[in-house]
Amino acid sequence: MTPDEQGHFGVYGGRYVIETLMPALEALDREFEQAMASPEFRKLLDRYRSTYIGRPTPLYFAKGLTEKVGGARIYLKREDLNHTGAHKINNTVGQALLAVRMKKKRVIAETGAGQHGVATATAAALFGLKCDVFMGAVDMERQKLNVFRMKMLGANVIPVTSGTKTLKDAMSEAIRNWIGTVRETHYIVGTVAGPAPFPKIVREFQAVIGEETKLQMLVKEGALPDALVACVGGGSNAMGLFHPFHDDATVALYGVEAAGDGLSTGRHGAPLNRGKVGVLHGAKSYVMLDADGQVMETHSISAGLDYPGVGPEHSYYKDTKRAIYGAITDKEALKAFETLAKVEGIIPAFESAHAVAYALKLAKKMKKNQSLVVCLSGRGDKDVEVAQRYFGDGGERP
Amino acid sequence: MSRIDQAFTRLRGGKRKALTIFLTAGDPSLARTVDLVKAAADNGADIVELGLPFSDPLADGPVIQESFLRAIAGGTNVIKSLAMVERLRISCDVPLVAMLASTLVINHGTPRFMKDAAAAGFDGIIIPDAPVDEYDEFLEPARKAGLDTILLAAPTSGPARMKRIAAISTGFLYYINVTGVTGGADAKPASIAKDVKTLKGMTKTPVLAGFGISTPAQAKAFAAVADGIIIGSQAMRVIRSVKRTADAPAALGAFVRSVRNGMDGR
Ligand SMILES: Cc1ncc(COP(=O)(O)O)c(C=O)c1O
Repeated sequence: MTPDEQGHFGVYGGRYVIETLMPALEALDREFEQAMASPEFRKLLDRYRSTYIGRPTPLYFAKGLTEKVGGARIYLKREDLNHTGAHKINNTVGQALLAVRMKKKRVIAETGAGQHGVATATAAALFGLKCDVFMGAVDMERQKLNVFRMKMLGANVIPVTSGTKTLKDAMSEAIRNWIGTVRETHYIVGTVAGPAPFPKIVREFQAVIGEETKLQMLVKEGALPDALVACVGGGSNAMGLFHPFHDDATVALYGVEAAGDGLSTGRHGAPLNRGKVGVLHGAKSYVMLDADGQVMETHSISAGLDYPGVGPEHSYYKDTKRAIYGAITDKEALKAFETLAKVEGIIPAFESAHAVAYALKLAKKMKKNQSLVVCLSGRGDKDVEVAQRYFGDGGERP
Repeated sequence: MSRIDQAFTRLRGGKRKALTIFLTAGDPSLARTVDLVKAAADNGADIVELGLPFSDPLADGPVIQESFLRAIAGGTNVIKSLAMVERLRISCDVPLVAMLASTLVINHGTPRFMKDAAAAGFDGIIIPDAPVDEYDEFLEPARKAGLDTILLAAPTSGPARMKRIAAISTGFLYYINVTGVTGGADAKPASIAKDVKTLKGMTKTPVLAGFGISTPAQAKAFAAVADGIIIGSQAMRVIRSVKRTADAPAALGAFVRSVRNGMDGR
């Protein structure tokens, strides 16, 4: 799907921001298109992908999981093996290269789980850019390890104490900061949300996930997968995996939102399942809004999915039924976290555990001659502290 | 002629510049907002801009953010705000502009919101996160309801965008003084003069300067280079500065009077 000139995917997306930012967004769009059309830029990006990020990431056949479930063959796209431990670096290295191209000396970012903050701090260190990361005070507490990593990488972590003190307010604060610094600063948005052209830019830098998956499946299975599964916070790992398969009608796409305590409890982060059409952070999309139109508080054990909005292209995929969006509770995600650790020796990020949980249910309903790919968007190091509280020191649930 | 146009006709006749005061609907309460609007109007405000509170205002600094959150916590919403304006209209004729986030308009149903806002007594609308590129969906419904559409221009806009903004702005055009959010301090009148002149060359619609104006002296200096000014965060600070909320209208009235006198060179 190519967005229109103002960055609309159907009725979604666009640029709902104060006038002050509009010229910068227009310039960024031009710069991005020029960069992507430049063979030198592409070569540079490819070089960093292979020598720095560690791409291509493996597509791993999860034999243990497949046997345990007894349904479709389950593959894991190992984005957790990227440098810094998640898919986020695919985007930050790309955008940092853009920032350098635009001669911006400073980058800012919002972060929830801290993975995007770490990935931005990493790219900033690599390219010698000044880096400020906005992070909700609540998230700083539950993702302490990543706060330390960002500082170690030379970034300045700015605690956000307004509103819900999580990802939503971190992004609001980053946008406010950008309004005041737009001439010298590039804002590295961490997901396929925000005003155009960010949803397109982030998608294009993350599409490497799906492009590699396609080739790897053709080599391993001689066929495309029957289904793809990815968690959806803002939706960047999911869109990165889905986008190259958009026109492959036989491939079913499944996005997985955070059901938190359960969709019926209202304590969740599932705008595609329970939201309304509105505007958040510069784009029209499904948003968790109350009757008056105020943005609702969300809940998820996973900081990266604890967000009331979602990338506009996912709203478009939902309406056109190109993808199906399910949801997984905190409890189900924790169970999948444990299963993957014990069966495959892989400790996933809580975010990715949502995708794994959904995939286990889905695979069971599929035939043995079918296959599915789960995006393992990140590793679980950042989550072990919270997991330890839940599972206890023996790593067994009480 | 709209109430806003009438106000500018009067101002031009008296060779005076427009003073617009921004207030949050529902902070400290909707009942108090009625008194505050009257206090502003009685003491020299030509237009009152009422901000309908939103949980995530992206172009606002801490003063207005916190004011919005207090209003929401106190139970203010779009429907109650409109009902308050209807009550206010019984005894107050000051031109009123609604300022609210696009998502609140969309959530209410855009055509329905415009109709309800006009019926309640609003004269114009500012949707700060709807730039000219996204304004199509709002323009027709606002025009149909008889609301002036007030768009914003910024120091970053440049002439091409300014032209498009000027083409669909009615009532007045809102020039953002600073590259930053509301409530900042260091707006400079000299830096806006060129842009204001460019805009005035493109439209007969009056151009008002807002963001970062807080003192009578600043008001005077900005009014000298534009058709008028807008004060927001400082008005909300004044309201917050009193111990008893019952004293807020008098405090605001005195502040507005001092700004008016400053602008009029008294
Ligand atoms: C490992 C991991 N997966 C997924 C996400 C969710 O983001 P997105 O939906 O943009 O992929 C995050 C966000 O922090 C993350 O750290």
